[in-house]
Amino acid sequence: MERYVFSILVANKFGVLTRVSSMFTRRGFNIDTLTVGETESPEFSRITISMRGDEYSRTQIIKQLSKMHDVKQVQVMERDKTVTRELLLIKIKNDSKTRQDILAAVDVFRSKIVDYSPDALCIEITGESSKINAFIELVKPFGIMEICRTGIVALERGSHCLNSEVAQ
Amino acid sequence: MKISGSQIIIEVLLEQGCDCIFGYPGGQVINIYDALYQNQDRIKHIITAHEQGAAHAADGYARATGKTGVVLATSGPGATNLVTGIATAYLDSVPIVAITGNVPCSLLGRDSFQEVDICGVTLPITKHNYIVKDVNDLADTLREAFRIAKSGRPGPVLVDIPKDVQIAQTEFESKKPEPEFENPKACDEQLKAAAELIAEAQKPYIYCGGGIISGDAEKEVMEFAELIDAPIGCSMMGVSAIPCSNPRFLGMQGMHGHYASSMAQAEADLVIAVGARFSDRATGNKQVYVRNCNIIHIDVDDAEIDKNITSHLGINGDVKETLAKLNTMLSKQSHPAWTAEIEQLKAKEAGMVQKSDVMTPYDIIETVNAKMPEDAVIATDVGQHQMWVAQHYKFEKPRTFISSGGLGTMGFGLGAAIGAYTATKKPTVLFTGDGSFGMNLQELATAVSTNAPVIVVLMNNGVLGMVRQWQTLFFNKHYSNTTLCRQTDFVKLAEAFGALGFRAENTAELSDALDKAIEAKRPAVIDCKIDMDEFVLPMLPPGGSIDDIITEIHGGEI
Repeated sequence: MERYVFSILVANKFGVLTRVSSMFTRRGFNIDTLTVGETESPEFSRITISMRGDEYSRTQIIKQLSKMHDVKQVQVMERDKTVTRELLLIKIKNDSKTRQDILAAVDVFRSKIVDYSPDALCIEITGESSKINAFIELVKPFGIMEICRTGIVALERGSHCLNSEVAQ
Repeated sequence: MKISGSQIIIEVLLEQGCDCIFGYPGGQVINIYDALYQNQDRIKHIITAHEQGAAHAADGYARATGKTGVVLATSGPGATNLVTGIATAYLDSVPIVAITGNVPCSLLGRDSFQEVDICGVTLPITKHNYIVKDVNDLADTLREAFRIAKSGRPGPVLVDIPKDVQIAQTEFESKKPEPEFENPKACDEQLKAAAELIAEAQKPYIYCGGGIISGDAEKEVMEFAELIDAPIGCSMMGVSAIPCSNPRFLGMQGMHGHYASSMAQAEADLVIAVGARFSDRATGNKQVYVRNCNIIHIDVDDAEIDKNITSHLGINGDVKETLAKLNTMLSKQSHPAWTAEIEQLKAKEAGMVQKSDVMTPYDIIETVNAKMPEDAVIATDVGQHQMWVAQHYKFEKPRTFISSGGLGTMGFGLGAAIGAYTATKKPTVLFTGDGSFGMNLQELATAVSTNAPVIVVLMNNGVLGMVRQWQTLFFNKHYSNTTLCRQTDFVKLAEAFGALGFRAENTAELSDALDKAIEAKRPAVIDCKIDMDEFVLPMLPPGGSIDDIITEIHGGEI
């Protein structure tokens, strides 16, 4: 099983996200993360989906997505040619015994505290998924109260863009 | 000049060359029906007994002509009644445009009376769908719907139109239909590679799917077969693409395929699949299916290539264009040993015919076949009768076999037959079983009201025969809920609907009934009794392969 990241440029219209995600469900492919947002052009949205699967799923997903009327461009992001980031908000118990350790971790991971209350700390951290996972593991013993992650966003390195081939 | 949304719908339908639509009125389409009333000299509307029948009729209309079929239904239950019809068209790649009314935009999302999110419901069974919330988008959306339905691999498109959009007025300008979206083109290297594989093959086998019919590539396939000296088999959707009189044609292969066709596929060293998708019913066990052969897969839909069977060479392109081009690159080949092997298989198959004292399904098919012209439309429902017809009716012209393949929709046939007759005005026969017929027989009313002289040949065995066959073979003869014990008098039933009713115990009576029905030019039902233990043979057991082919059954034992 490989991990694949798909970047999908779609028409910025009502219901397109449902069309795309329901294709995954219907064909039995499992989405790990999904992010979506408007692009530099209000005509288009960009969906980033990460999933685990084999070569068969990779090819089928590209072909099935390419068939959809509202999908303008699909690209599998190659790991070594791609910048990927994820953002995590995490709430940890604020306890005088562990506070210093938490602050040290926040410092080392170049994350920041975005909310401070007597019994809870809210921390924001950005990075590749592996860094986020490592941070979560590290702070687990301090008592994680809740977690919210955005899922992966990805851009290809260099000047080539997903919209390069799409007629504006 | 400003016109209403409803009027725009009519104008765009006419722009698109649509002369007849099928549907059923209701509260949220009453404005469209008013526009139909005002334009009744320009566009015909056929009201069916049930929206499902209308959807199948639009589908039958499209299958018989290649033109896009149109169905109209109201919101809520009207729309959901289309679902089986839309799914049937989706699985068999039939171009239809389904138009549904919906509650006014201000009432959407509030569970209003007869409100259903039909776009959500039909998302996985349409090529694309739309809800139009602004009358200014209506004309272009409908145009795009037609374009998508017909382009590339055809399929159903649904357009949901809230009532206020039907009423609102806007400027309208007539436009010529835009050409279909361009099909992918096979590249020269791929065609060269295909030509090389073909030149190396000693036992080539051509496997035609429904794409040959929708892609209008019958002539190219036959030329191709002549050039490479290969037999031609087909999937059920490919039935009628190649004339049965063509000596190269071996018929359908697969679960209930012809013995010679399935065997030839299994023996071949190269299978060239054109416009087919290797459904599980066509291949059986996929490892065995490919154990002796390379596969060249030509299809207009790239997603079909390597979806069900990994091909050695996938060519994504329009089948007609691809084959025409490929034909120019091939030199004439000859495979005498392979031809001799095929002849032996055909001879073995010919020896398998079983004789019976009572009227068999084969007798029924032969009798009808003899009475019908080559261009008669032959529709079926789903089950044993469907397989018998696909196997034994001698089709000579494309688009004359109208049958639900992918979805296997019992109750498809009568609506589809009415749609096909409406489109072609050719003699039309529906072969059905008592199970399938029971599902949508209310459309007899439509056949009568529209003077569609469809002849319904009912193979009546009192059981759900296909399921019974499985129960006999694989479930120790536990006939769970397949023995119907109904007391329906189909002659009286036909008469009650205003159609003709006949009963036929033997081929002489059947022949006589057919003559009377043809002479009367009225819809007719001919109730033909057949034995409940007739089997569809050959059979590859589900998940089995050619190694497990069943060609004979004695007293329910393999």
